[in-house]
Amino acid sequence: MTVTDSLPHQSACATCPMNRHLERLGVNMEDWDYVVALAGNPNTGKSTVFNALTGLRQHTGNWPGKTVARAEGGFIYGDKRYKLVDLPGTYSLLAASVDEEIARDFILFGQPDVTVVVVDATRLERNLNLALQVLEITDKAVICLNLMDEAKRHGLTIDDRRLARDLGVPVISTVARRGEGIRELIAMVHDVATGEVKPRPHRIPATQDDALNRAVERLTGQIQAAFPGLPNARWVALRLLDGDAQIERAIRDGSLGDLSRGDEPQSVVDRLMVAEVHA
Amino acid sequence: MSAQPAAADILKTAGNLRREVGDGFHDHLVEALYTDAAQIADRAVARPDAPPRFDLDRAIDRLVTSRTWGFPIMVLLLTGVFWLTIQGANVPSQMLATLLLDTVHPALKDLGAALGFPWWLSGVLFDGAYLAMAWVVSVMLPPMAIFFPVFTLLEDFGYLPRVAFNLDRLFSRAGAHGKQALSMTMGFGCNAAGVVATRVIDSPRERLIAIITNNFAVCNGRWPTLIMVSTIFIGSAVPAALAGLVSALAVVGIAVLGVLLTFAVSWFLSRTMLKGEASVFSLELPPYRPPRILQTLYTSLIDRTIIVLWRAVTMSVPAGIVIWLISNVTLGGQSIAEHLVTGLDGVGWLLGLNGVILVAYIVAIPANEIIIPTVLMLTVLAAGLTGVGEGAGVMFEAESNTTIRDILNAGGWTTLTAVNLMLFSLIHNPCSTTILTIYNETKSKKWTAVATLLPLLLGFAVTLTTATLARALGLV
Amino acid sequence: MTHRTSLAARTLADLQPGQAGTIAALHSTGPERRRLMDLGMVPGTRVVAEMHSPLGDPVAYRVRGALVALRAQQARLITLAESATEVDPS
Repeated sequence: MTVTDSLPHQSACATCPMNRHLERLGVNMEDWDYVVALAGNPNTGKSTVFNALTGLRQHTGNWPGKTVARAEGGFIYGDKRYKLVDLPGTYSLLAASVDEEIARDFILFGQPDVTVVVVDATRLERNLNLALQVLEITDKAVICLNLMDEAKRHGLTIDDRRLARDLGVPVISTVARRGEGIRELIAMVHDVATGEVKPRPHRIPATQDDALNRAVERLTGQIQAAFPGLPNARWVALRLLDGDAQIERAIRDGSLGDLSRGDEPQSVVDRLMVAEVHA
Repeated sequence: MSAQPAAADILKTAGNLRREVGDGFHDHLVEALYTDAAQIADRAVARPDAPPRFDLDRAIDRLVTSRTWGFPIMVLLLTGVFWLTIQGANVPSQMLATLLLDTVHPALKDLGAALGFPWWLSGVLFDGAYLAMAWVVSVMLPPMAIFFPVFTLLEDFGYLPRVAFNLDRLFSRAGAHGKQALSMTMGFGCNAAGVVATRVIDSPRERLIAIITNNFAVCNGRWPTLIMVSTIFIGSAVPAALAGLVSALAVVGIAVLGVLLTFAVSWFLSRTMLKGEASVFSLELPPYRPPRILQTLYTSLIDRTIIVLWRAVTMSVPAGIVIWLISNVTLGGQSIAEHLVTGLDGVGWLLGLNGVILVAYIVAIPANEIIIPTVLMLTVLAAGLTGVGEGAGVMFEAESNTTIRDILNAGGWTTLTAVNLMLFSLIHNPCSTTILTIYNETKSKKWTAVATLLPLLLGFAVTLTTATLARALGLV
Repeated sequence: MTHRTSLAARTLADLQPGQAGTIAALHSTGPERRRLMDLGMVPGTRVVAEMHSPLGDPVAYRVRGALVALRAQQARLITLAESATEVDPS
């Protein structure tokens, strides 16, 4: 097993402080070494990927918003046990709906070891909107380029290596309903979880607007100074400039600071629980 | 906390900067995301030089949403699903009934006798709890095991979003969401499943409307009641040649009335209790995908059929016990059931129903499937009939419609009772399984109460009106 | 709706099935605006009207490879860039 110092919880275990975030989110970490979040647009076959990974049969139709409650499952690879959390299918993480809030909060405050973003190969452009937002929050992501058979049926050829280079994270092509590419996906999840592969994700570039760029830079700097361990200071800055009340609260009550120090987040998680209940 | 001053600073800076960059920041952010997404996708995806001459998805879409064919195809497909459900369920339902009611039930009674059970223990366990459960399983399981997988296949294929697309105009006029068409259709199979299906509606207001009105879709459990009452009382009121047609039309009429009520009550809710800003409408029409037949059969059995059946079974067991107890525990020489029937007869008469029907709807709240057996048993009990039925507290279904007719006539039934029972079967509180599901989905006592009481009060109002009118016009 | 008179420009609602246009601006506000943008309706995006519902409303639009249905009252708030009406080649 490769140990890398850049990963805050490479020796994941039940007692590690970081995993307590997940426990607070209702994820029982007792029997698991790593937590993998599954994100994606509705209708990308996300649940089929979930089933292929866990061997479970979770039905979700060809519908947006089918998975309202959080589904959990697991798999074992090598000698490590992976817990898989299926997040609600969303178009975005800019928190316009309860589903988006649940997905966003899990990736941000739960700090899963790996986030797999399932994208529909036939509607890549629309799906990348969500993928790029996930990559703003976390480095440890793998893109699962699903529905490759449908893409072929529509006459599309997709250069997954080019996509991986542009996105800066591993891309695995799959046909989840036939189990194609699932082994490769699991292997890559393992590599990213253990730190053998360290993605350097694409970040949204600066805009044409100089005043805007200066604002983002200034705020990012200030956030980095206050929370030195925070992996996504720029994203937090973007959210603050967008007037995201929830992120403001996370800063005010210190739960964002807790993330950078490895303490338990408090009120934001409680809010998440409430959001789940109302979902 | 040491981070606090820094936090205050950050928020202050953010506030100032936000004023500087102005309101357009969100737009800039999303535009930047999509500009990037477009560039990256463009570099990675090679499209065919010439667009394909024949695009199957588009061809299907043009057909199923066309002005001419859209609605006929939809009606044909959904009728096909219901026909398959009702026809296909007949034989297995009979087989289950033969097994569970005619074979296992006497065997259990014999077993109880052999073990020396006192009569009341064998009564509560086998005539009460077991029989109610067996009844629900044999009536409910076969239609659900057919309806859910077939419905799920249409869903997986991607057709159902097109139904929502086709019907959205009607629902939007009622202040609701087109996707309510789906939860409503699902409700024709089972209202509890229909309530769960409202999850596809992502705006809370429209979702609540869909949840509250789902009960107006006549579920599987109510079809047998409607068909039987209609055959016996409505069909026989017209010349024999027309009997079949007229009784079928009466059943369809009730179902159509349910759809009209769905629109009317949605409209009413969206202008009163659930008034407010219309939520954001968005409906994605996903690409068609070949359905995975075996997996769909498996998952829809596990996810929908078994779960709904299990909930119904756990609810019907206590109901069976209650039904047996009220029929056998006596107070002052009469069973509790008889006291209740007598007590409710007055109200029942006002509504054009009777005490038996009201008591049946109270104790059979777990499942509409056991309404008719309970009504028959209570009628025999209350009218003091001898030579029919299986005994106090033992639900039964008569061998022939003539027997049922005789029993009900002895119970004082008229055509008005039959018509109003059909109306009340459509318009009354949801079954307890559905009420529980509504609570699980909304987590709100208030909305669960509204969804339960609104149809009940409406049912009282409607039956009171028809009864009063019929009496005023001298029809009964 | 009065929006139409206040916005002289052509809107998404003016596209007939088979016609394409490029989004100039979104005049919707709040969550509605956010949702539309999340679905890829941002200025500069090419949109093709694909088909009417049998009752005329809503209309399905092809946007960034996905098919999204919008009601007329929403489509009227999305203005198109000034250019001759394009016909989608496919």
